[in-house]
Amino acid sequence: MNANFQDRDLVLPGDILYEGRIRTGENTYRNQDQVYATHLGLVNYSPDNVSVVALSAGYNPLVGDVVIGEVIDIDLGEWKIDIGAQISAVMGIPDAVDRPFRTEYIMTRVLDIGDTLFAKIVDLDRRRTPVLSILGPGLGRLNDGFIIQITPSKIPRLIGKKGSMINLIIRETGCRIVIGQNGRILVSGSNREREEMVAKVVTKIELEAHTSGLTNRIQEYLRQLKERSR
Amino acid sequence: MSKKPTIKKTTARKPRTKKADKATSWKRNDGRAFDELRTIKIEIGVLPNADGSAYIEVGRNKILCGVFGPREMHPKHQAKPNEAVLRCRYHMAPFSVDPRRSPAPSRRDQEISMVMRSALEPAVFLERYPRASIDVYVEVIEADGGTRCASINAAAVALVDAGIPMKDLVAACAVGKIEDKLIVDLGEYEDKKGQSDMPIAYMPKLNKVTLLQMDGIMSTDEVEKALNLGIEGCKKVYEVQREALKKKYGIEQPQDKPPKEYQPEEPEEEPKTEEGQQ
Repeated sequence: MNANFQDRDLVLPGDILYEGRIRTGENTYRNQDQVYATHLGLVNYSPDNVSVVALSAGYNPLVGDVVIGEVIDIDLGEWKIDIGAQISAVMGIPDAVDRPFRTEYIMTRVLDIGDTLFAKIVDLDRRRTPVLSILGPGLGRLNDGFIIQITPSKIPRLIGKKGSMINLIIRETGCRIVIGQNGRILVSGSNREREEMVAKVVTKIELEAHTSGLTNRIQEYLRQLKERSR
Repeated sequence: MSKKPTIKKTTARKPRTKKADKATSWKRNDGRAFDELRTIKIEIGVLPNADGSAYIEVGRNKILCGVFGPREMHPKHQAKPNEAVLRCRYHMAPFSVDPRRSPAPSRRDQEISMVMRSALEPAVFLERYPRASIDVYVEVIEADGGTRCASINAAAVALVDAGIPMKDLVAACAVGKIEDKLIVDLGEYEDKKGQSDMPIAYMPKLNKVTLLQMDGIMSTDEVEKALNLGIEGCKKVYEVQREALKKKYGIEQPQDKPPKEYQPEEPEEEPKTEEGQQ
């Protein structure tokens, strides 16, 4: 292997990660026979490709992602929704209402400007505009709670292996947590203190996302927070 | 620059090594050696509402830079269907220079905005964000010569902080001539009294020059020497940018330690007091 770095080293854009023939993974590009990083992040060498886990990156919408968005405009037959990507998403009436279309529908009764919603990206159209849908279990308008924004690339860390991290937080705080792949997290709990506890934990996870043994430390941190609030 | 003539010149220059020694021992009016940069300090993520931001101090220059995007382009008709548009705005605060200047964007501001854009464009993967815009705002809080280079340095780091895919970082450094001697990283005095000034922006890992401007008079020979000196300067700047980014996103995340600064090899006396008397 012609790797120039150790696994999980911090790399910067322009760093030559690999010299030779290999598949380029996420956040890398090839120039002749060299693989370069495009983002600041942690390099990840696997037998068949080389990739970078970005520590700072915008949200890149993909089909199948569930996201938290805000309605910013209503057009003829479609809502325009800000999901924190470079292009705002759209959602047509058939993706919002599970009934045959009739002209007397009033779109603002379903979703108004300023409403927050939890939706799924069902398609990217020809211009790569994400198309959303709220038809599905758990999807739809969000009515209470508050939103925390973190770097989207750190969402997998917040969820943990098979949801270990997020289940831990839900179990310890008793809050309802909705995670959008676009880095927005909705928290609603029985009282303000518990919601703030979640906010603190999420901030800590974002700061320490690249370190190992995080779940154990978060468990410890949660216990400390609980003792303090008592 | 072909390889052959440079080899010839080095052999031709050999008998003049004594003179070169003289040139290296000569000190500039702020006490720096001819190839010594000013102290550089970079802080990253200083603006909470920007997607990426950086604050840079080069000597007495103080520059703040914010990056927004990629985001939807407004006005929409200016968006390009095949790639993103990089927009730069360079602005000097009214109190950044003595005497105070008008806050309205001047001819010079417009030029530097354009120059910054063309210096940064080759490093950014614009084709990944069609119909979007990436906005770079640079505000000079205090100016002391070489602000365009410092702005490019801050903007490159802020672009990385914003998570915008980039081919490489861009580092910039100026080379000039004063009293017939080549110097690196011109201060304000040298900028005004010197014979020539040549800002260079450079992508260190790809070994590509993205900006080359010059005013004043230099011979072909001097331009070539100046270019090599400038690239060396850019590489030093690049190390500072690297350190700053690693500090921000480092594994340990030390929050109480001050960010690492670029210190010239032999710090002799404080150049600041000397400069203040002029």
